[in-house]
Amino acid sequence: MTALSVENVWKYYGDFPALRGISFEARQGACVALLGRNGAGKTTLLRILAGLSRPTRGSVRVFGRDCLDAEVRRQTGLIGHGIGIYDELSAYENLRLFAALYGVKDPRRAAMEWLERTGLERVRDGLVREFSRGMRQRLAVARAFLHRPSLLLLDEPFTALDDRAIALLQGLLKESLAGGATVVMSTHQLREALELATHVALIVKGRLAHAGERTAEMLEDPGWLYRTYGEA
Amino acid sequence: MLFLRQAWTVAQKDLRSEFRTKEALNASLSFALVILLLFSFAFDPTAEMTREISGGLLWLVFAFAGALLLNRSFARELENDCLDVLVVSPVPAAALFLGKALANYILLLGIEAVCLPVFGVFYNADWTRQPAWLAIVILLATWGITIIGTMFSALTVNLRLRELMLPMLVYPMLIPCLMAAMQLTTALMAGQAPSGDQLAWVRMLVGFDIIFTALSVALVETVLIG
Repeated sequence: MTALSVENVWKYYGDFPALRGISFEARQGACVALLGRNGAGKTTLLRILAGLSRPTRGSVRVFGRDCLDAEVRRQTGLIGHGIGIYDELSAYENLRLFAALYGVKDPRRAAMEWLERTGLERVRDGLVREFSRGMRQRLAVARAFLHRPSLLLLDEPFTALDDRAIALLQGLLKESLAGGATVVMSTHQLREALELATHVALIVKGRLAHAGERTAEMLEDPGWLYRTYGEA
Repeated sequence: MLFLRQAWTVAQKDLRSEFRTKEALNASLSFALVILLLFSFAFDPTAEMTREISGGLLWLVFAFAGALLLNRSFARELENDCLDVLVVSPVPAAALFLGKALANYILLLGIEAVCLPVFGVFYNADWTRQPAWLAIVILLATWGITIIGTMFSALTVNLRLRELMLPMLVYPMLIPCLMAAMQLTTALMAGQAPSGDQLAWVRMLVGFDIIFTALSVALVETVLIG
């Protein structure tokens, strides 16, 4: 079953085309590593997939529906550049807030469950602004996963994560993929991303230079993809 | 029902954040009190002068205090990219907007509730002559300020000069609302209940609130997603 369908997506910022006719599909359970140099258009594409920005041309369908549809949003989890949690709320209040916003049946229980899973239960009532960077990152991961999304959109998810948060995120991604979730992640950390990826999409200057399955060759030599399809 | 619950969840979050940091609340309240104090030094308010200026002075103070408060409404979501996470959530943009507006409304009403007795003391004005009508005018005009301010707070959230842009955009839009509130408040401070022509100002406030609430709810998704 096709989980994500991107058809001829263009995005202009003024006269500048940040995305030029991107088309690809991802089936349910796939993990797509979105690769490309800085400024290639990965974040722009992810923002469109998340419904944070509208494409100038083209369309995005998630589970057969428009990506702005409320049901699609309920099934989408996002980790962007920012951690997306409130510094002046406690860890528990943050998770309960997002559980409530996502219509999770028992927000209190879900918040407690994810505090335990991320090892933050002892600081549940501590304000996030007093947390260490690693604790904040783990809370952000909990925030993105607590409603058990079927589509995960991750923008540079491993950047600036500490070892514990990387292990947590990788574990949760594996669990989600095993449960049939679809993952699209943009990254520069090729090794971590390619270990999880079933498919790769390489964007060069806003165009899709290559899309296909992740091969053993890519895993052995992560730079091969850039040398073969990327810019010289 | 779900829509209202979502809006209330957003409002609770904003109120909790604000009561914890008191950033906007302290700035707005102290600014309002300082203006009231300075104006009382600027001239010697006789009973007649107070009667003439009470409505105008009070609503200018409320409007200035409101701008400070409303500036933070969407700006607070920029930290850690929280706005993105809220927009991506299944909460409709209209519920998100109304939740934020409701929180702002409660905060602004709180500031007004503190300023009103202070105004009475500094200017020797009796604001309790028509309490029910005064409450109605304050509730209606404050909603007008809140709804316009919250909408423009969303519109200017990504601008570098948003602290400057918000008042520049909001005050001209608020002219009908402020005119009505000033006229009515001046009359109410003099002990006159609205009747005849004065009721037209009340109708204007109601119309203003309905029109701009409907417009904001209809347009907010375009403002937030583009």
